[in-house]
Amino acid sequence: MLEIVNLHASVDGQPILKGINLRIGAGEVHAIMGPNGSGKSTLSNVIAGREDYEITEGDIRFHGESILELAPEERAHLGVFLSFQYPVEIPGVTVSNFIKTAINESKKARGEEPLDASSMLKKMREKMDLLEMDKGFLSRSLNEGFSGGEKKRNEIFQMAMLEPTLAILDETDSGLDIDALRIVANGVNALRSPQNAFMVITHYQRLLDHIVPDYVHVLFKGKIVKSGDKSLALDLEERGYDWIKKEQE
Amino acid sequence: MKERLAASYWLHESHYTALSSPTVTERRRAAMERFEAEGFPTVRHEDWKYTPLKKILKEDYALSSPFSAQDDAEPIEFKDIKRYLVNDIDCYRVVFINGRYSAWLSETTHQGFDVCTLGSAWKKYKDQVEPHFGRLTETLGATVQLNTALAWDGLYVRVPDHVTLDKPIQALYFTTGDQPMFTQTRSLILLGEGAKAEIIERHQSLTSSASWTNAVDEVFMGAQSHLHWVKLQHDEASAALTQHSVIEQKRDSHATVHTISTDGKFLRNNLDFKLTEPGAESRMFGLSLADGQQLVDHHTRVDHLAPHCTSRENYKGIFDGQSNGVFNGQIHVHVDAQKTLAFQENDNLILSEKASIDTKPQLEIFADDVKCSHGCTVGQLDEDALFYLRARGIQRKEAQALLMLAFAHDAVADIQHPSLQAKLHRLIGNKLGVDMSAVV
Repeated sequence: MLEIVNLHASVDGQPILKGINLRIGAGEVHAIMGPNGSGKSTLSNVIAGREDYEITEGDIRFHGESILELAPEERAHLGVFLSFQYPVEIPGVTVSNFIKTAINESKKARGEEPLDASSMLKKMREKMDLLEMDKGFLSRSLNEGFSGGEKKRNEIFQMAMLEPTLAILDETDSGLDIDALRIVANGVNALRSPQNAFMVITHYQRLLDHIVPDYVHVLFKGKIVKSGDKSLALDLEERGYDWIKKEQE
Repeated sequence: MKERLAASYWLHESHYTALSSPTVTERRRAAMERFEAEGFPTVRHEDWKYTPLKKILKEDYALSSPFSAQDDAEPIEFKDIKRYLVNDIDCYRVVFINGRYSAWLSETTHQGFDVCTLGSAWKKYKDQVEPHFGRLTETLGATVQLNTALAWDGLYVRVPDHVTLDKPIQALYFTTGDQPMFTQTRSLILLGEGAKAEIIERHQSLTSSASWTNAVDEVFMGAQSHLHWVKLQHDEASAALTQHSVIEQKRDSHATVHTISTDGKFLRNNLDFKLTEPGAESRMFGLSLADGQQLVDHHTRVDHLAPHCTSRENYKGIFDGQSNGVFNGQIHVHVDAQKTLAFQENDNLILSEKASIDTKPQLEIFADDVKCSHGCTVGQLDEDALFYLRARGIQRKEAQALLMLAFAHDAVADIQHPSLQAKLHRLIGNKLGVDMSAVV
């Protein structure tokens, strides 16, 4: 589904990603771990199409086609979803209007009919139940005055509504207490299917207790320096990143 | 131009003052003399530094006179103005064409309160009009003096004590004709104790010829009265408006003014509040959406003359193309006005390198136990927010429009009528080139 080939990216001439190679297949969950500043968020932003980064080498292919030339919204229409580490507050735009707009823009781009109001509402209710969200949520301004946990839950709610084929969760666990973490993880697990894939970016192993990955990759100084199964995450939890740093130096 | 305006006054002075007491006659005359002495302000005048009237003074205007024969060559019919009305709200309607009242297009009342025209009130309600006319405008600038001398007609509202208007008033000022037109309009609003009124006002040119309306409004609010006033400024690209509104508020009265400026060549808004008794509250909201060569200027002034009064001010501006914005917010807290609360905020988005905004808060505080704050910001659209929306599949243009709407939200949120809100969203959407019904 996703194929990243020798990807190099820089910001303001400063190289951040230095040759990433990664393949994610349908039905798989990949965890990306690594110390601060290793390029985890850059990787997720580059896949989603953020224009501040310059791709100096390599390619990103989605279902076999390069998406490097596509705008962020075009990637979204193909089914790429990024859950933001810091969701933006947009006063004056309600959660429900925002989601309606996002869904129908994607449908329009795919040449599908817009979702009618009652199906939309039904779907929203269903997903809100899944994430144990309050009904009042829909009429609140997007992320405005939301707690850290509410923002993250709102991200997963949007993901549930948009039903992406590739979901990238960028530090979705940060700022979550243990209950919120469980709810978010349940939401993600409920959405797992043989047709879609997840890329879970995290510092800590604890999220991976709930969302069990098929593969774990360690990103360090812009490269994937180690890959393994879920036991790698446990190793990292126990031993920290120092041994990886030592290995690299 | 100055000479022609003066001539039109001196020539018709006897008409202007035929129905007036010597006091009012003297007021008009003094106003004209001051205008003649000062002339139109230039950019050397501090209040007009960024607002060059010479841009609109160069046109060869015909002067609309209230005393010449009515020109019926091209009568305006309801179908010509329908699209400029807020149609789905039941309203009283007072319509003026080139500064003259159109009974045919209006729907006035004298049942329990008066919603009619100043032109008829000079005689009919002399005892109400005379003590008020010009009282709040005596010390103001030359354009206001010009209006005091030459104005004849405009909205007249009088609401007796403890009466609430059963529906809002739409005041509509149209300009028409093939040649450039300069019009003076004047309104007088008198609200008794506990009276409540709502006004939706629009100045609109029906022609592509240049037009300039110079409007002055005086509003007297009794104790515990309420006024909500929405000014819709969506005029033709050839139209200019200079407007000075002054509102005097007595004890515990509440005034809210929304000024929504999307279209028109040249818009100069002066909005003054005089809070003369304790407990009065004034709220001002403005939204300016400018592009091309537009100029949108807001000069506001609040005089806190009594203790325990509140003023809240929130103006938003979005400037694209080569447009210019001006915001000048004066707050004067006078010596006796202890426990004043005064808040002012002016936020701006600049979308192009050639657009500009000159913003200046001006607070003068002579009381020591007060809470006053002001803030102004000038920025661009937030790239993080834009990426966030686009990453959810929303097209760049729609995402920009959504962010601009969100930015503008505070300025229009308090407008209660859903249909007026919807109309505003449509207007804003048109301005941004986006079908907002698909977005919000």
